[in-house]
Amino acid sequence: MSQSPVDAPRRAPGVSWAAELAVQSRGLTKRFGRQVAVDAVDLAVPRGAVYGFLGPNGSGKTTTIRMLLGLVRPTAGTHALLGTEMPEGAARVLPRIGALVEGPAFHPYLSGAENLRRLDAADPTADPRTAAARIGAALDRVGLAAAAGKRYRTYSLGMRQRLALAAAILAPRELLILDEPTNGLDPQGTREVRALLTSLAAEGATVLLSTHLLSEVEQICTDVGVMHRGRLVAQAPLAELRASAAPRARVETDRPAEAARVLRELGLTDVAEAARETTGLLGPVPPEKVVAALVHAAVPVRGFAVAAPDLEELFVSLTGEGFDVSG
Amino acid sequence: MSAAEPTTRAPGSPGAGAVAAPGAGHGWSGTGRFFRSELRLIFGRRRNQAGMAVLAAFPVIIAIATRIDPPTGGGGEADFFASITGNGFFVALAALSVEIGLFLPVAVAAIAGDSVAGEANLGTLRYLLTVPVSRNRLLAVKYAAIVVFALAVTLLVAVVGLVAGLVLFGGGPVTLLSGNQVGFGEGLLRLLAVCGYLTVGLSALGALGLFVSTLTEQPMGAIIANTILVVASQVLNAIPQLDWLHPYLLTHYWLNFAELLRDPVAFEALRPGLLSAAAYIVIFISAAWARFAGRDVTS
Repeated sequence: MSQSPVDAPRRAPGVSWAAELAVQSRGLTKRFGRQVAVDAVDLAVPRGAVYGFLGPNGSGKTTTIRMLLGLVRPTAGTHALLGTEMPEGAARVLPRIGALVEGPAFHPYLSGAENLRRLDAADPTADPRTAAARIGAALDRVGLAAAAGKRYRTYSLGMRQRLALAAAILAPRELLILDEPTNGLDPQGTREVRALLTSLAAEGATVLLSTHLLSEVEQICTDVGVMHRGRLVAQAPLAELRASAAPRARVETDRPAEAARVLRELGLTDVAEAARETTGLLGPVPPEKVVAALVHAAVPVRGFAVAAPDLEELFVSLTGEGFDVSG
Repeated sequence: MSAAEPTTRAPGSPGAGAVAAPGAGHGWSGTGRFFRSELRLIFGRRRNQAGMAVLAAFPVIIAIATRIDPPTGGGGEADFFASITGNGFFVALAALSVEIGLFLPVAVAAIAGDSVAGEANLGTLRYLLTVPVSRNRLLAVKYAAIVVFALAVTLLVAVVGLVAGLVLFGGGPVTLLSGNQVGFGEGLLRLLAVCGYLTVGLSALGALGLFVSTLTEQPMGAIIANTILVVASQVLNAIPQLDWLHPYLLTHYWLNFAELLRDPVAFEALRPGLLSAAAYIVIFISAAWARFAGRDVTS
């Protein structure tokens, strides 16, 4: 009776879930009618990570998060949170998880503190004797202590977002699943929330943070997963992705075909010719050797450059779309 | 506060291991706290308080109007208005017989319609479910609160009617519909039984309303739908040509509460009303569960 009655679409018997992963999914899929919102997503969020779940609006991040939390029933696939299969283990595992899903939502005619009291009252695992202290501490931590007694309807968007964060840290949490937590915050509020997330992570919590802001990922995340049109197109530690951003040599010349032949002979890969330039991935080949070979082959070189793409270019190449890099 | 430190847990919250807190495995412990929170939400809301004030105003209006212009001549057998001048006790019954026709059911229809759809509309439903509140527990608490509200508003009308009647007309032994008299104390017990019977009927409406509330994310839509269902039931019940349909109507047996004011009490006449209400409750609580248990919450 205690479990969420949203049944798993199929219970794969004997599947084991890696204990070192805070969030793990296999083939998680959601179709709404004929539209595929989330397509066979295999998430792997290591414990202790700050995982940036990056993707443009409408790429399936929120639907994935709703499936992870048992709000939406997957069309196919399975997943586990903190090593516990969902949704069967919802009653056991969800109290250890704080969540912010698609923006804050509270009763407008109750105060911030009263709204938190209601959520705490709904949690069968919460101790009523410590409720007042935990509510006060959570409000304090998000900077809402002064507005605790004010009605929610009078809160600004930034205050509402903070209250939702306070709800997410109302009890000790091992995992925080936060959907766009800095949405609607001014630059100062954004900095404060990022600092809060960093300190929560430092205390040992795993953070799954969905965002459409690449800068957010670059500033606070250790890992990143990139969603594009319902698919998880990349997933890796951020450092690994940065390292894999391979340097590319670019030769400006009016004889690109000859330049391309030289580059291939040197062992460069992914060589591409354009009207007045040739490019190729350097790999282990030192750039000075490329220049020497070009000169030796009497290819007229008008310009030569080596460039490694930054993260944004990398993600654009993965998704074919840009990210909002403001904020 | 170390909000994310898994090892420093508040007493009573679950450990990280397989031996979860006693409450975690059985979603019903701690339900009392959630239930009280739900009652605070209903009774603390200004809109609901205003509605209850309107419900409480009618017994007072009835009592004052009767005091100013007493009815002449006897009405029908169950005309409580005619008895008011003799005994203020009947203000409560007159008020209940008037308000059960529209105001009490509309109040319950509003609370029931708002119960799930209101939370979905605000978005608070998704946060309750991720606390987590299991969907069964949520429906159980919501329905229990609707029943408590139905009982509370019925008692409110009765008590306000009783007080207004006693103040304006005085009390005394109660003359029953069957003609014999009982003491004022037994009269009060029978009034309490009337409130109980009406609460059962209103709880059937509450079950229907809870089901309607799981169908939509628009609380006003659910409230209006519930109100229309009540009014439609009353209208159909008033068309004699449809007498074959009457026993199945939600509101058909509600006025049978007058049977509690006979000596001996005609329990046989109360049974169909109670059975009808029980059938409504079983059917629509099941329907609400079937609808809500597997629903995708995308609000």
